[in-house]
Amino acid sequence: MAVYKRTYKGYEGAQTPEWSRFLILPRYAWESLFKQRFLLIFYVICFFYPIGAGIFLYINANLGMLASLIEGAGNLKGLEIDGKFFYIFSSVQGSLAFILTAFIGPGLISPDLSNSALPLYFCRPFSRTEYVAGKLGVVAFLLSFITWIPGLLLFLLQWSVGPEGWFAKYSWIAPAIFLSNVMWILLISLLALALSAWVRWKVVAGALLLLVFFLSTGLAAAINAVMRTDKGSWLDITSNSGRISLELFRVREFMDYSEGQGISIEEAWVAQFCALGFCLWLLWKKIRAYEVIK
Amino acid sequence: MTPVIQLENLSVRLGNRDILRGLTGTLSGRTIGLLGPNGAGKSTMINTLLGFYPPVAGTAKILGYDIRTHAKDIRRLVGYMPENDTFIGSMSAVSFVRMMAELSGLPREAALERAHEALFYVGLGEARYRQVGTYSLGMKQLAKLAQAIVHGPKLVVLDEPTNGLDPPARQRMLKLIKEMRDSNHMHIVLCSHLLKDVEDTCEEVMILKQGQMVYSANLEDERKLNRRFLELETYGVQNGFVEAAEALGCECAALAGGRVKMVLGTGVEIRDIYKLAAERDLQLRRLSYRRDTLEDIFLKAMEFKGAPQAK
Repeated sequence: MAVYKRTYKGYEGAQTPEWSRFLILPRYAWESLFKQRFLLIFYVICFFYPIGAGIFLYINANLGMLASLIEGAGNLKGLEIDGKFFYIFSSVQGSLAFILTAFIGPGLISPDLSNSALPLYFCRPFSRTEYVAGKLGVVAFLLSFITWIPGLLLFLLQWSVGPEGWFAKYSWIAPAIFLSNVMWILLISLLALALSAWVRWKVVAGALLLLVFFLSTGLAAAINAVMRTDKGSWLDITSNSGRISLELFRVREFMDYSEGQGISIEEAWVAQFCALGFCLWLLWKKIRAYEVIK
Repeated sequence: MTPVIQLENLSVRLGNRDILRGLTGTLSGRTIGLLGPNGAGKSTMINTLLGFYPPVAGTAKILGYDIRTHAKDIRRLVGYMPENDTFIGSMSAVSFVRMMAELSGLPREAALERAHEALFYVGLGEARYRQVGTYSLGMKQLAKLAQAIVHGPKLVVLDEPTNGLDPPARQRMLKLIKEMRDSNHMHIVLCSHLLKDVEDTCEEVMILKQGQMVYSANLEDERKLNRRFLELETYGVQNGFVEAAEALGCECAALAGGRVKMVLGTGVEIRDIYKLAAERDLQLRRLSYRRDTLEDIFLKAMEFKGAPQAK
């Protein structure tokens, strides 16, 4: 119908598949996010380290050839690329991911709540689960492009340029990259969304995200000291994340705890899943078309 | 024809309060007015029909779909314009309406095309690239209407659509509602406490009071029924006019000043009354239908205490 014909007409055309509709939210959110120049520049900066790491891996694998080109270079030997290299990569990118989440996350749900826009989403064939998945997708997809996706690409690069037998020896690194980063992304994204849903002021929600990580460590240490226990570490989400990553990347020399101290790795996993569950519960309580005030 | 709304002992409790109590009835009109004083449960009923609140007892069907088991199917067929300010302020109207169309299942291109059409249709064509947050109250209402109809729903639920509008904007909104009604593409549920708006636009009406249905009827039928009640003002000697009318089967009451109240008998038409008057050389100075206005109906319903009254 031409726009000049101001008459109402029904719609009988094609419909998109239901499973794909949660992806609509990230598309619109990115469109508005990348209008902010600062965020765009920061996101580009997040790719510097992966590119640098890629160049390093290439040069490291070809040091012998480089040595033959440089007179008097002798017999250069490259570094061994193992779990430590990918652990450091994941830690650096994970920190950048955290900063990015602190900028993006708090503004995702709070505007919908302050504008009472939730009934407009939920009066359509669009569920609360799809809404949370869509909002989570806004952060999770962006963070994936700077964490585990370049991590796996680096892994593939090292496999292709590295010495023979490297893949057989270090194949466990690929799942470690994926699991440690995905756990971290889920944790910070869901926490940012939960804070965004409960604290409607964006700046406060962003500051709270930072505080939660510092406070959880402090609170855990205080409980451990006062109660003379190590069960307080269940609350230390920062330390538990680090612990899981160190175990996954098999980097034992970085571990600053001795055997029998703190909670076990299994308990750290359970604590992380509990934290994820708690964030989901907070979201579930708040994401409703209308709040019922008792 | 499938009824638009079928209520089967629908009860809703929010917090510790019973908001809707055993609503039962069937509404099939093209435009249905939902009336009631503030706090009667109109918005709760709408929210329950849309699946926002779970019923504690009973159920309801929208266009044949049960709200307990087919909430998603219902939402596919329904467009909703909420009462409060609900929008995404940082988006332009066209992006906002387009996103809502996409969330309803329209492909990207179709959603964009229909977003433009819907905004032109409601009269926001020239302002469609402005951020919704910068709109006046009247424009926000129109933007809400655009998002409610953009996906071509079979039923549009309008919750207080004329709230806060100035008289010209109110007239414009009512004109749009009438146009949508007359397009025959959709049913409309209009929830309002403004009787005039409902009377002007609706065929069928349901009145709620304290969570109970106190009146439900088809206004058109009601009007037809009321056409049998007449008020006459005569001039001159009546010469047995009243008796002759009674002989035809009418019920009459002669009042002072030549006024007569009359209920036409079966098969008696106004033409017969004119004929009787002409035979007696009696002047009929005024003849009016004494029909109940919606206000009369509403006030009667508000006085009502007891079991629901459905017609």
